[in-house]
Amino acid sequence: MIKLPAINKRWCSDTNKALPGKLYVVEGCDGSGKSTQIYLLKRWLESEGFIVFFTEWNSSELIKESTSEAKKKDLLTPTTFSLMHASDFADRYEKMILPQLRAGYIVLCDRYIYTAFARDMARGCNREWVKNVYSFVMKPDITFYFQAPLQISLNRILTGRLHLEYHEAGMDMKFSNDPVESFKIFQGIIKQHYDDMADEEGFTIIDAAQSIKAQQTIVRSIVCKNLEGYASPCKHWKEGSIYI
Amino acid sequence: MNNELFYGKGLPYLQLNKLPGKLIVIEGADCSGRSTQISMLKDWLETEGHAVLDTGLKRSTLIGNVIFEAKKGNILGKKTLSLLYSTDFADQLENKIIPALSAGFVVLADRYIFTLMARDFVRGASKEWLMELFGFALIPDMVFYLSISPETLLHRTFSKYGCLDYWESGMDLCFSSDMFESFKKYHILLKKEYDEMANKYNFIVIDAEKSPKEIQSDIRAKIKVFLDQK
Repeated sequence: MIKLPAINKRWCSDTNKALPGKLYVVEGCDGSGKSTQIYLLKRWLESEGFIVFFTEWNSSELIKESTSEAKKKDLLTPTTFSLMHASDFADRYEKMILPQLRAGYIVLCDRYIYTAFARDMARGCNREWVKNVYSFVMKPDITFYFQAPLQISLNRILTGRLHLEYHEAGMDMKFSNDPVESFKIFQGIIKQHYDDMADEEGFTIIDAAQSIKAQQTIVRSIVCKNLEGYASPCKHWKEGSIYI
Repeated sequence: MNNELFYGKGLPYLQLNKLPGKLIVIEGADCSGRSTQISMLKDWLETEGHAVLDTGLKRSTLIGNVIFEAKKGNILGKKTLSLLYSTDFADQLENKIIPALSAGFVVLADRYIFTLMARDFVRGASKEWLMELFGFALIPDMVFYLSISPETLLHRTFSKYGCLDYWESGMDLCFSSDMFESFKKYHILLKKEYDEMANKYNFIVIDAEKSPKEIQSDIRAKIKVFLDQK
């Protein structure tokens, strides 16, 4: 049995009535394997005939270029870092995620607001302030948290990687002048924030130390259960009509 | 200490104490005469021996272009636009205003969070959400509000630009397809929001129907009293 997260009213200010779509989110540290898992979930849902939309962190057409420029120039403070990512998210939320959910589709997000919570808090932003910034968004139907021992996710990222991005490694935090050392410290703090949120935000925890196949089997069975009673928009098409 | 400096949660990672400079804000609608007043104030203050930084909204390099591009095509959601403006404001606050205040400058801000909030309130934004969002803003030492009737504003807009602007007429709110009608409705609503904030945030309300010279001497008199206090 999966315990669905309780819906807090303030979270749904824009969306008072239940939306017909389904929102599934994956969260976790870099190297936790979440992107692989959501990709496999998407392939499965599509092969089952569902219409699925997918969006990932920091990918707004409008804003991502400015963000990457600003990161290159090291112009960002914790607050502007937070707000630029919030703008990026809001743009995708207002243009894609929310309308897609209203239309009844399945929406898959590789990272959601919890990524912002963990990273912004790690950079020293106030927790309540960050939560307010994102208080207009819908709580996902399921948030999978891929929880891996730090050493495992670090190894996955650091093996075969010659270069870590400045912000990715948390170099702006001045923990260490060594990117690898800084990355380890920063990831440790982020993991702690994820772990702390898990209960309160109702994460579904997946043990990311298991094999990819074993994790995917669990993810699919949970999603399957959650989809009971869900009607995909494609089912509304007339019997016998031709579509690709 | 932090709590007395900011409207809300502030900038916890900076651990600021009271800054030696002075932050003076001039608020008011477009064409209310803000930039004229600021340039006269700057002249005066510099003559008096103060180092002055003048700064305004939408001058940050961080996302200035995004806002500009997006407004051309009217393709941004309300929350996205609010967040972009707040990003821009935070950038200027942390990278320009706070360093100048730390160095003891008088900072003259051509608009502040109040304009951003008024615009969004009129567009139906949650007050609670926006006020908490802008909780990182420093509380200014003085906020002057150039109060002006929508009627006068209309004529000043024509004499300055010769025409009305899409955004400054609130056309995105779809009150009316007639820009003239929309302008009036929009500025009546905006003024209501400014007037409400005037009470809440202790604005010094300046009658901006007066001549620029009279307005300037009103503002200088108040600033002089304030600066002489120390």
